[in-house]
Amino acid sequence: MDIIVPVKQVPDMERVKFDTEAGRIDRSSASGEINPFDLNALETAVQLKEKLGGTVTTISMGPPQAETSVRDSLARGADRGILLVGKEFAGADTWATSYALAAAIQKLGKWNIIICGEKTVDGDTGQVGPEIAEWLDIPHVAYVSEIRDASESGITVVCEMEADHYGIESPLPTLITVTKDINVPRLPSFADKMKARKAEIEQWGASDLSEFADPTNLGLKGSPTRLNKVVIPSEEGRKGEVFRGSPEDATKKIADALQALGVLGSAK
Amino acid sequence: MNNEEYKGLMVFAEQREGKIHPVAYELLGKGTEIAQKLNIEVSAVVLGSDLGDEINELFYYGAEKVYSYNHPVLADFDLLNYKHNVARLINEVKPETLLIGATHLGRSLAPRIAAAVNTGLTADCTALEVGDEGNLVQIRPAFSGNILAHIRTTTRPQMATVRYKVMQKLPRDPSRKGEIIEKEPEIIESVLKIVSKESSGGVNIAEADVIVCGGRGVKSSTDFELLQDLADAFGGIVGCTRPIVDDGWMGKEHQVGFSGNTVKPKLYIAVGLSGSPQHLAGMRDSDVIVAINADPSAPIFKLADYGVVGDLYEVVPKLAAEARQRS
Ligand SMILES: Cc1cc2nc3c(=O)[nH]c(=O)nc-3n(C[C@H](O)[C@H](O)[C@H](O)COP(=O)(O)OP(=O)(O)OC[C@H]3O[C@@H](n4cnc5c(N)ncnc54)[C@H](O)[C@@H]3O)c2cc1C
Ligand SMILES: Cc1cc2nc3c(=O)[nH]c(=O)nc-3n(C[C@H](O)[C@H](O)[C@H](O)COP(=O)(O)OP(=O)(O)OC[C@H]3O[C@@H](n4cnc5c(N)ncnc54)[C@H](O)[C@@H]3O)c2cc1C
Repeated sequence: MDIIVPVKQVPDMERVKFDTEAGRIDRSSASGEINPFDLNALETAVQLKEKLGGTVTTISMGPPQAETSVRDSLARGADRGILLVGKEFAGADTWATSYALAAAIQKLGKWNIIICGEKTVDGDTGQVGPEIAEWLDIPHVAYVSEIRDASESGITVVCEMEADHYGIESPLPTLITVTKDINVPRLPSFADKMKARKAEIEQWGASDLSEFADPTNLGLKGSPTRLNKVVIPSEEGRKGEVFRGSPEDATKKIADALQALGVLGSAK
Repeated sequence: MNNEEYKGLMVFAEQREGKIHPVAYELLGKGTEIAQKLNIEVSAVVLGSDLGDEINELFYYGAEKVYSYNHPVLADFDLLNYKHNVARLINEVKPETLLIGATHLGRSLAPRIAAAVNTGLTADCTALEVGDEGNLVQIRPAFSGNILAHIRTTTRPQMATVRYKVMQKLPRDPSRKGEIIEKEPEIIESVLKIVSKESSGGVNIAEADVIVCGGRGVKSSTDFELLQDLADAFGGIVGCTRPIVDDGWMGKEHQVGFSGNTVKPKLYIAVGLSGSPQHLAGMRDSDVIVAINADPSAPIFKLADYGVVGDLYEVVPKLAAEARQRS
């Protein structure tokens, strides 16, 4: 079973700072890490490899510093790491990102399953996985929370549709996107980290994809959506009345307020 | 692509078990508002099997035209057949805008359609505005809910998935009529097979008007009974933070936040939870937020309309008693 895991480097959400006035995200305020949902995708791939044999290849499109995330994927069990890097790729929306990743996957040639995260913690669209599947003309199942069965001929997964859970069978090749519930990613051992530190990361630029991708479809140039502006909402507008006195007193005041707002008593 | 050829606004109406998902009515409401500004037509597309009178509901909520695909294969979500037929319709009818509810189905289907018809797609919008040249300004939260991005699409149709419960539907008006256009579906081989269906016991936290949400401040799973009692007093349901689900105290269907459910109740009572960015991403748009926490510096207080600094074991029963007295 040969598996591909696309991983994205994202800022650490606990640290990243937002400038409310300038409407800017200060990306230098936080170091980059693998998108948390992609850790679940990697773990899913490594477990399948342990069961069925085969290989795990990880691909990331991003700036040069995204190499650390590809390296981290190797420490977590991937066998091969590829970084799509170069100014041609910069500023891509999900359409152009998925187009470039699909071209790289075609170049790889031999694979059975692609496993993506459900979404990222920054762009947060969840669109790249299904779009890759469309470019490659293969089926996909999104929001997968469990792999019930996998063999060389097909895979049976549980897909979450809000409160409904569907068991779905897909032939291979296929693409799935996984939720955080699918597993608990293992931490890499010290030895694995040391090995990954020395491993070679292949760097592919736009020219390496020329057989599979039209360069005018890459990066900002190829992107049909445009980010016009970013607004960082402040939480003004909330009343923010905090009571610290006796619980009796506080709950009475809150009940009064809720009653006045119609969310308690009379309105129901 | 010649953008001028694209006209009108289309809503994809999702159905499950023959019932249209209410987000479609909300999108028709918003779509009607946009269409009036631009003087264009509002249509809907629905795929299913023998939907009968349910289709008329789309007219009652604002559709002027409905493209209906009827086939047994379309009864359930058949991704590739849904994609194939909606993409064909887009290429034929050329709507300027296509809106899809940001349910799991919508967010799985929309990107496939967007790639198939080569257009841009904006995810999980919470506001839509008409821009200077009549183009759609699509506004959406990103960075785990910390920012709002304004996005414009240069290609047509301008496609967006839109979050449930943020747009207003029109009042249902059964006297409204429209034109049904029966389309012949082109059925391709269904390679994805649904082999089982389960429902998580009817809990649908996204629908609740009142949610009492507990976090790690609640010391044991049995203590959640206190929260259940408070929820009962308000006629609401109990939710929880992710660590509570990880500990197996409650099912995933109760989890609120970035990797769980997004909710927008009339009243949200946060009990013994700190208000992490990932939690706030799932509930920050609630109408009224009340926080109960022992730590006055807990971030949840920054988002709360009303807060009590105190021990939840004291405050929760008192608030439940207060609520019961008044209802
Ligand atoms: C504030 C903001 C809002 C945006 N809104 C939109 C929008 O509405 N529509 C739009 O088309 N673009 C949008 N973009 C651009 C989008 O974020 C980028 O295209 C990004 O490269 C991929 O999208 P994502 O982060 O949403 O990934 P998702 O689609 O959420 O990622 C899903 C999975 O795809 C894989 N993946 C994603 N990106 C990569 C990568 N670079 N390398 C390898 N694997 C990857 C991972 O497995 C990941 O888990 C936005 C960007 C910003 C900054
Ligand atoms: C990718 C990713 C996705 C995630 N998705 C989610 C998600 O969907 N939902 C989610 O909730 N989390 C999510 N998390 C986890 C999140 O980061 C936090 O760890 C989590 O929300 C914390 O839960 P909590 O507030 O219950 O616990 P804590 O942060 O430990 O807060 C407990 C609070 O209880 C208070 N307290 C303690 N005792 C009492 C008492 N007796 N009376 C009153 N107050 C008391 C404390 O003061 C404290 O503020 C995600 C994390 C990641 C990385």
